[in-house]
Amino acid sequence: MSTKNILLTGVGGQGTILASKLLTNGLIEAGYDVKMSEVHGMSQREGPVLTHVRYGEKVYSLIVEKRKADLIMGFEELEVLRNLDYLRDDGQGIVIFNRVRVNPMGVQMGKDKYPTNGEEMIRARAGKLIALDGKAKARELGNPRVMNIILLGVLIRELGLQDIDWNRIIAENIKEKYVPLNQQALQVGINLE
Amino acid sequence: MKQLITGDEAIARGAWEAGVRFAAAYPGTPSTEILENISTYPEIHSEWAPNEKTALESVIGASIAGARSLAAMKHVGLNVAADPFFTFAYIGVNAGAVVITADEPGQFSSQNEQDNRNYAKAAMTPMFEPSDSQECKDMLVEAFEISEKHDIPVMLRMTTRVCHSKSLVELGERQEVAIRPYVKNIKKYVAVPANARPMKVKIQQNFELLKDYSNNCPWNRVEYGGTKIGIICSGDCYLYAREVFGEGASYLKLGFTNPLPDQLIQDFASKVEHIYILEENDPYLEQHVRALGIACDGKNLFPSNGEMTPEVIRRVVFGQEYPLDEEIQSVLVARPPTLCAGCPHRGFFYELGKRKKVMVSGDIGCYTLASGAPYNAMETTVCMGASISLGHGAQQVFDMIEGEKPRVVSVIGDSTFFHTGINSLLDAAYNRSNLITVVLDNRITAMTGQQENPGTGYTIAREVTEAVNIEPLVRAMGIKNVRTINPNQLSQVNEALDWALGMDEQTVIITRWPCALKKQAPWDLEEFQGAFTETYFVDETVCIGCRKCTRTGCPAIVFQFDKKKSSIDPDKCVGCSVCAQVCPVQAIQKVEA
Repeated sequence: MSTKNILLTGVGGQGTILASKLLTNGLIEAGYDVKMSEVHGMSQREGPVLTHVRYGEKVYSLIVEKRKADLIMGFEELEVLRNLDYLRDDGQGIVIFNRVRVNPMGVQMGKDKYPTNGEEMIRARAGKLIALDGKAKARELGNPRVMNIILLGVLIRELGLQDIDWNRIIAENIKEKYVPLNQQALQVGINLE
Repeated sequence: MKQLITGDEAIARGAWEAGVRFAAAYPGTPSTEILENISTYPEIHSEWAPNEKTALESVIGASIAGARSLAAMKHVGLNVAADPFFTFAYIGVNAGAVVITADEPGQFSSQNEQDNRNYAKAAMTPMFEPSDSQECKDMLVEAFEISEKHDIPVMLRMTTRVCHSKSLVELGERQEVAIRPYVKNIKKYVAVPANARPMKVKIQQNFELLKDYSNNCPWNRVEYGGTKIGIICSGDCYLYAREVFGEGASYLKLGFTNPLPDQLIQDFASKVEHIYILEENDPYLEQHVRALGIACDGKNLFPSNGEMTPEVIRRVVFGQEYPLDEEIQSVLVARPPTLCAGCPHRGFFYELGKRKKVMVSGDIGCYTLASGAPYNAMETTVCMGASISLGHGAQQVFDMIEGEKPRVVSVIGDSTFFHTGINSLLDAAYNRSNLITVVLDNRITAMTGQQENPGTGYTIAREVTEAVNIEPLVRAMGIKNVRTINPNQLSQVNEALDWALGMDEQTVIITRWPCALKKQAPWDLEEFQGAFTETYFVDETVCIGCRKCTRTGCPAIVFQFDKKKSSIDPDKCVGCSVCAQVCPVQAIQKVEA
């Protein structure tokens, strides 16, 4: 197989880092060569986060190139838009995106305007767009914080990675008392309409 | 067993496997996680040092005393440690010693983009340049062997991507390396001119021997593919080159880069038609290749700044370029980092930014964000500790002006003050400066992610230690006007600024309140009672939509443009109350439990 290119993006604190950790651990289990690179701002909260994940038989580059991402999973609308240049432009690119807007400081201060038609722009460029209110779905499970795991479930389905033993990966990487909740959240994502 | 780990984690693992017993560092992106991970191995004594110079000097001592040791630092940290670094190469080691430098092509969180390979060249120390996590670990283990064999400290040069990317690593076991006996040897360890002259000769001889190693070691290897294009590369550039050129080109992958392997390079050059040199930052490899009389393309085509990504290579070599999506670019807005909700710097800079006739001399830490909107309250930032000494120099010149002269306010965080700010304040104190120094003491090294420092009361291993008390330290320098305030109380901030600006004498203000992200120590909980336990809300019936609260730059405040009312995100607010103090109509109130 050719190397798959995945981007996970969001705002600090939304859980991109845990989602990418679970994903990469699963990919290793499945026997792939994996490389992952993370760019985050400084350690303050609220900064943009972008994680590159590449997997295949033999992976060289640490980072995904523009127009080569097979899938972008975004936890925040503006950050998806910012990184949309990475998506393949042959109509095969998939975007999974959480309908959430976190205003940057410039918008707060009234100097900048949050893009109004972001979702339309994403839809126009993605071969397939799966947009959901991940937080609401997570609240149905009783904890808004598992939004990231629900989205990860969608990603797993879209990449055809359901055969990996994700329940075990979750059990090995998450605090025991949260394991059933996260396993449930992953299933919600995998089975999402 | 293979594990997916970062370069920094792989270095820590390599240190453990190599039998390292002593490691020291000052936190600095992207190297911070090296010591954080080393500190999880009980066999290694690890320390946060006040700065990189003291870290390296303690490593020199540990090596002389007989234990394998390493110092880790970001690229600019080696500037601070350059003095011991050069002479360490002269005196050499007893047990092996490695200096890790983490460079920042692309400047993700640094003040410059210097290429520290030049240090290895200048000091004539052997140097390794890993490409991925496996090489980080393997090269570090080998570096200790080289260090001991050649009696010299070894440099290991990483870059941000190598530090922070994860790739698969085959883990090994720890080799127990006994502490070597210390032997008094004045001629070896006392670098006075009479001893140092022969040391220099020894380094040069060593360098010749290392050339042989460089030509024959497994770290410098050729991978033959097509012969039309030959790539000479080091570090992560190798991975990017392989990605772009694939099997169709030949590669000379250099992992041991000082001294460089002349024969290997010449041999490779004779077998390929066209050579590209792929390296980030300076033309370090390129100048050497050209000096061997080999024609090549390097910085004449490729940029010397930023990262050498596959996209850059494709653009330069194949003219492939993806134009930015104009429609998206036209609507994108920036998301700059901001001071967190509850950050104790907010109240101070909100008020300082309103002062006229002051020049604010800044430093390096989270508070450097005060140079941006909405505070615009920092006018210089150069290097660690410079706020005070730079401010002192500026104040001396302002004092030469007739009539009303600007006052300099130097602002520096606690960790940066301990790093090199103490020396700077000594300069200002000794030279009878008219400076106003503000130590922003948030009780932790915050920007690099909450590391302990000499003021926190804990070591890296969370063992309790003495906490430096800044106020008596400052007074001991002879500075008489010293005040400690709570920066969340804007009245205290203003009173202190009025007091300092109203005096024609040197003053020090210490703002003391913990970082909102700090895991508080028992003594913090005692001192800062009730901190971060409250939240505030906006009474919309009272709010007049003046947006004064949003100008504090707090990410917990959300202005509802449709209603023209402010609101506070209860999940983010930690109750610093700064917004409530600036609200002109008392619309912001504490949530009563």
